[in-house]
Amino acid sequence: MNTSRRGLSFYLLGAFFALFVLFLYGPTATILILSFQGPEGGLTFPMNGVSLHWFRNLFEQQAVGDFGGSFRRSIALGLMVMVLTVLFSVLAGFAFRRRFRGSGALFYLAVASLIVPSILVSLGIGLFFNILGLEPSWYSSALGAHLTWTLPFGLLIVFAIFNRFNPAYEEAARDLGASPWQTVRHVVLPILLPSLIGVGLFGFTLSYDEFARTLMTAGSFNTLPLEIYGMTTNVTTPVLYALGSLTTVFSFTVIGLFFLGLILLRRHRLRRTGA
Amino acid sequence: MTLTAETSRPSATAAAGRVRRVRLLPRVAPYLQAAPLTVTLLLFLLVPILTIVAVSFWDYDSVRIYPDFVLTNYTELLTSPVTWKTYLNTLKYAVLTWAITLGIGFTVAYFLAFHVRSTTWQMVLFLVCTIPFWTSNIIRMISWIPFLGRNGLLNSSLISAGIIDQPLEFLLFSDFSVVLAFVHLYALFMVVPIFNSMMRIDRALIEAARDGGASAAQTLWNVILPLTKPGIAIGSIFVVTLVMGDFITVRLMSGGQSASIGLMIANEISLLQYPAAAANAVVLLAVVLIMVVAMLRVVDIRKEL
Repeated sequence: MNTSRRGLSFYLLGAFFALFVLFLYGPTATILILSFQGPEGGLTFPMNGVSLHWFRNLFEQQAVGDFGGSFRRSIALGLMVMVLTVLFSVLAGFAFRRRFRGSGALFYLAVASLIVPSILVSLGIGLFFNILGLEPSWYSSALGAHLTWTLPFGLLIVFAIFNRFNPAYEEAARDLGASPWQTVRHVVLPILLPSLIGVGLFGFTLSYDEFARTLMTAGSFNTLPLEIYGMTTNVTTPVLYALGSLTTVFSFTVIGLFFLGLILLRRHRLRRTGA
Repeated sequence: MTLTAETSRPSATAAAGRVRRVRLLPRVAPYLQAAPLTVTLLLFLLVPILTIVAVSFWDYDSVRIYPDFVLTNYTELLTSPVTWKTYLNTLKYAVLTWAITLGIGFTVAYFLAFHVRSTTWQMVLFLVCTIPFWTSNIIRMISWIPFLGRNGLLNSSLISAGIIDQPLEFLLFSDFSVVLAFVHLYALFMVVPIFNSMMRIDRALIEAARDGGASAAQTLWNVILPLTKPGIAIGSIFVVTLVMGDFITVRLMSGGQSASIGLMIANEISLLQYPAAAANAVVLLAVVLIMVVAMLRVVDIRKEL
């Protein structure tokens, strides 16, 4: 940045960045390729033919445990976490815009939730349910465990949004005679919407991939990461990679849908304001 | 709250009721709005941690755990040399991962913030870095196995290139692979906050440094680095706490040959020695909190949002 020309440092840093991206994506690309291993192929290269054998194998029920069920549970759990994260963190974001007693303590509790090691949350909730004589399950204890991870992220994002939010819009709405609820409904929420979709994406994917917090809280039915973890210890065929490829593709699809939604939203708004 | 405002004075006129409602609502609204978050965190974070603290004083045998007040869980934990060795090992992972992710994170963020000029490209490249974060950690760990294994990609290409004639054994199921996986998983937690801090640096400051005759290196050291400290602190807190509490990466990537505190706790859990696991967890939490408080001295998080 010292000169207006691209200096040597730009190319060196650019090369470093390229290596970093390769480091991030390279291994995942390897298992994407290896999941198409032929029926006789092993866990490493060389490829022994190309086939969909291991993907078919994945869908044969008894071969690899309850893949379908755990996938469905993970999605259901992710959706619940997503909705609650958006709702709770936006509500709390509104609360934090005003002074209220205990706001400092609540903020530090939320930050602590990010810092406390996942295995403690898992162990603590497991013990708590155990002592109360409750049966832990993915839709109760695991849901709570996931929220302790997604809510602080959601809250911090909402804080960041409100810090950049211009209160003049609200004042204008109030001056024009809007009730507080109308101001929120027709002014604040539409402005926040794109970021809220982001909070939702955060909530869903963090929950969908969460392992440590689910370990002791999922009860008798596994979520997908637990199922995958189980497979790593007792499956020694490329079916493991097939599962890895599928969930990675699924994650990418979710992210893709999120960006598609943002683009559509923006286009829709441009058309409305343009007309 | 509108209900109480109206039912408490049923004879009041609608106008009077409205005045009270308007005055009461803003005062209770923040509490109601914060309630779901508060209840969730109390129920699923604070109470479970208090449960762990309580259970760490309980007694147990091979069948069940008993409410009691004994200190044996702590004395056994703290007098065992295994504990100390495991703590040292975990700290070693944390320090190595922290140093490497800091180097990578700072360089990547610096490139994105100061060398990529168009905002669109900045956002695109930033997203390229963040996308792997949205995918499964376990899958990302497993994906190193065909790469690093005895017959893996790296060994076979090194052998065919004639650089080595025996496969390198230290690549997989070693401290090397554990730290590599940590860096792979958590480098992003360093990149994002540092990038965020760098993007908030007023570009006029950098021009001023240049006009004052500072070289690029001097600007980097005396202007950019001090202003990036908050981002570095936040990234460091994330990376260090994630590594200190980890057990799955260590288990998978060391092939069961290395230990970490998290793994020790997980093993105690699987043996149903809950009070021992709880005592271990309390000590871990204390250590992590001390580390975080030390790092927080550098930064006020609330100002950084």
